[in-house]
Amino acid sequence: MIEALRQKKYLQFILLVIVFLILCAIITPSEGNWFWRLPPLIKELPLIINNSVDYVMFDWWLIDVWDPDIEEYEEKPLMNQFTRSASGLILFMIEFVREVFLGGVKTIVTFTGWDWATENQWARWPALPWTVVGGGAAILGYALQGPRLALFVGFTFVYIAVFGQWEPSMETLSFVLIAAPMSVLLGLLLGIWAFRNKYVEMVLNPILNVMQIMPHFSYLVPVVVFFGIGDHAGAIATVIFATPPMVRLTILGLKKLSPEVAEAGLMSGCDNRQLLFKVLIPTARRDILIGVNQVIMSCLAMVVIASLIGAKGLGNNLLIALNQLRIGLALELGVCIVLIAIMLDRMSLAWADKQIDYFADLSFFERHRFWLMFGVVFVVGVILALIGSLVFKEGFNYLYLIPHNKGITTQDFWQAGVDWVWDTFFYALKGFNEWLIVEVLVPVKTAYLAMPVAATFVLAMGIGYIVGGVRVGLAVGGFLLFIALTEWWDRALITAYLMTLSVLISTAIGVVAGTLCSQNPAATRIMLTICDTFQTFPSFIYLIPVMMLFGVTDTSVLIAIVVYATVPATRYTIQGMLSVPQQLQEAGLMSGVNRLQRYLSIELPMAFPHIALGINQTVVFALSMVIIGALIGTDDLGQLILKSLSDKDGVGNGLVLGLCVAFIGLAIDQVLRTWANQRKQALGLN
Amino acid sequence: MKLSKTRSIRALMVAGCISLLAATGVAKAADSTKPIVIPIHNWSSQIVMAYVIGGIFESIGDNVEYVPADSQAVYESIRNGDVTISHEVWQSTFGKSFYNSMAKGGVIDAGSHEATTLEEMGVPTWVIDKGLCPGLPNWEALADCSDNFTTADSGGKGRWLEGPQSWHGNLMPERIEALGLSDKWTVKFAGGADALWTELASAKKEGRGTVIFNWTPNFTDADGFTFIEFPEYTPGCRKADGGDGKCGSPKGWLKKAANYKMPKTHPHAYTIFSQLSFSTPQIGQMAALVDVDKMDHKDAAKKWLADNKDVWQGWTETGM
Repeated sequence: MIEALRQKKYLQFILLVIVFLILCAIITPSEGNWFWRLPPLIKELPLIINNSVDYVMFDWWLIDVWDPDIEEYEEKPLMNQFTRSASGLILFMIEFVREVFLGGVKTIVTFTGWDWATENQWARWPALPWTVVGGGAAILGYALQGPRLALFVGFTFVYIAVFGQWEPSMETLSFVLIAAPMSVLLGLLLGIWAFRNKYVEMVLNPILNVMQIMPHFSYLVPVVVFFGIGDHAGAIATVIFATPPMVRLTILGLKKLSPEVAEAGLMSGCDNRQLLFKVLIPTARRDILIGVNQVIMSCLAMVVIASLIGAKGLGNNLLIALNQLRIGLALELGVCIVLIAIMLDRMSLAWADKQIDYFADLSFFERHRFWLMFGVVFVVGVILALIGSLVFKEGFNYLYLIPHNKGITTQDFWQAGVDWVWDTFFYALKGFNEWLIVEVLVPVKTAYLAMPVAATFVLAMGIGYIVGGVRVGLAVGGFLLFIALTEWWDRALITAYLMTLSVLISTAIGVVAGTLCSQNPAATRIMLTICDTFQTFPSFIYLIPVMMLFGVTDTSVLIAIVVYATVPATRYTIQGMLSVPQQLQEAGLMSGVNRLQRYLSIELPMAFPHIALGINQTVVFALSMVIIGALIGTDDLGQLILKSLSDKDGVGNGLVLGLCVAFIGLAIDQVLRTWANQRKQALGLN
Repeated sequence: MKLSKTRSIRALMVAGCISLLAATGVAKAADSTKPIVIPIHNWSSQIVMAYVIGGIFESIGDNVEYVPADSQAVYESIRNGDVTISHEVWQSTFGKSFYNSMAKGGVIDAGSHEATTLEEMGVPTWVIDKGLCPGLPNWEALADCSDNFTTADSGGKGRWLEGPQSWHGNLMPERIEALGLSDKWTVKFAGGADALWTELASAKKEGRGTVIFNWTPNFTDADGFTFIEFPEYTPGCRKADGGDGKCGSPKGWLKKAANYKMPKTHPHAYTIFSQLSFSTPQIGQMAALVDVDKMDHKDAAKKWLADNKDVWQGWTETGM
């Protein structure tokens, strides 16, 4: 019996579940019972964090600073001066790019001051006509890859201009053009550092995990306190959000390289730096590129959130449109965001894929033909704009800058579409919604809340132990302990309930969709584009139609999470399926397997480690959506994170709540990752 | 000798005049050319008013900058000087954030608008017309009609859809408890204003009863919205203030806030800002230009400024 238990993991699981159920049955729910709920011993932690941040930002190391506006010396803390200088630099870069597109005065002000700029009203930087920006970008696309990319880029800019979203789009673009390279660079540097130094990797790994899972809302308040409000704050929050995948994929890419590559480099006499930049990084390009793709997607996914702390552009307009329930307008704005995302992604891929032809012998004209083409576009665009200023008398020049919301619009069409969906499906869905809430959601939620804390620990740590041994079991326990000692354990259970259900649904959809699409290259491509779209398409937009159909209920929350969290499950499944070696498939065919057998006994097991990582990412995505759920209306951790925006102790509350969410994710991550690694080892994939 | 003496006296007089001029110049310091930062939130009247106030400041030659900001977090930014003013501080919803930041030092109260506000639970007027709860707007009617307001997840009770918890904490659950309605009604916190408007729209389509949190002046005024009349508010009647909780919301103020340096850096603009006061109809006009006439916010502000010169030019002149 004991021997069998030691051998068979499923028996261990059954035993664990039995113990869990017994514990649930015998522990009585009462306030004083520590087996039921642990006492909130670290209740003060948010306050401590808050006071420390306040001290560092407002009281520590005061220096006298002359304020010319009020003509007085003011005591200002050093840290504050330091972070504000950093913000100033980032803001300057964003404004600079923005003014190249849209014109303005800020860059001039940076060098001359407001007094001078106010006196000299002529000193304004002119905007580039939209025809020049669009044409220039299309030429860039052509130079990087060819006519197809050029066409897509051109289409994107024409769409943006024609729909009258030129100004907000360029504001967003300028913001992304600074935030994305910052993330890529930072990610690359950290990744290289971690690759070269084991200790750095050890320290970095948990930090990255936390950063990735922590809902972005929870660091909005700290960012505002440290860096102020505005585009720079949005950019900093975006960088925090977008960098971790870049670091991770850089490390992954560099680690995967076979030692022969490095040896070949060393033999050709590379020094360390050359080895890194000329040999290792170019060879690891594929994984690093996925990192760049992720950075761009994350940056655009943050556009709306960043607008809450001052980023101008599409995100802000989108929130305003939604507040007026103008779904059609919001949809057009959302499409602009997605188009910009896909365009930047394709262009950065093309740039990275471009091989330098060292042996080409080109004439001056050939070498500089793209610059010459741009020159022509520039001159033509400016002339057109000048002609436009004569033709269009009513104040806006359609050939220069199409003013905000003066373009054509299909709002009414979409609005009608939403109405149609409502009229057609509402009553059918209403029954389903009620059934789901009464029969599934409420019982599951009640069951989660009825778990005594001791039983939860036994179950979670037990699973950790069975899968990965004592170390994983203890790690899981540690994460849970932190949450259990805050005063938010019940809320964490509700978050866990929403997450469990949505991860189950997302995984099911993702694995099926991914498997089906991976059978055909064209379907794969289409599916990946759909994934990109849903990852960047602001979830806020479909919140309203979903809420119209399902009300302010947990169903709406669940749907919002599933739409977003299915993306990684699908993506990783496709990747896993494609990574099954051709020889294995052929070996299978030769041994006479049929299609289903091939899927069940070759493809699925081989793809499993990838799928497990996909599920892991699904958990991460689902947890990062708790805040979107809070925008619909939940009573979990997300609600309090949302509330921390106005709390007196917002910084501490936000961060600790964010940590709670992150730790739920990390506990699951521990188990899934270990499991995936074991499978990999068993399959000889390492 | 004589000549030179008169000349020196004249010189003295000239110098005196100059120094007098200089002295008055100091007393009437000009506004700094650094931009006044005005926050943009996500509802129409606030945005239009931001551009209206910005336009007024620009008319006296000041520079203005607009920055999107969260309506709760903005007070912390005003305190730090990243944002200069806030022109719509609603008592119930933002009062807490406003005074929290003021207590930390750095935010000043720049007076109130003429408009008073009401932030309260209520029903769309058609709910009353349809007879879903006979006796409304008197709150006592709620005791008998909760069945018409249940939802799948409300456990058989009628549902109040309240704004996010960040707006007034546990005020509404406490009120339900205090008024003895707790076995008939329950509170669900929505995530944001969008959720409230969506509920309003979908309840109308379905013709189902709904009790939601709302405020006036608001764009929903046009469609007809009736606030429930709870027992009258008296200072200290709320549970959080030590009272018994059996009271509704007060007729609230709509304040203006500013960074503490503004009176020194932009004395002229601040004088205008502290006098500036909009009435409920004026705020309604601003919102209607966007919500009803579908104008762009900036264009709406331009139109409002052009149409109401007599309203705002008085303020700029007294500030001179």
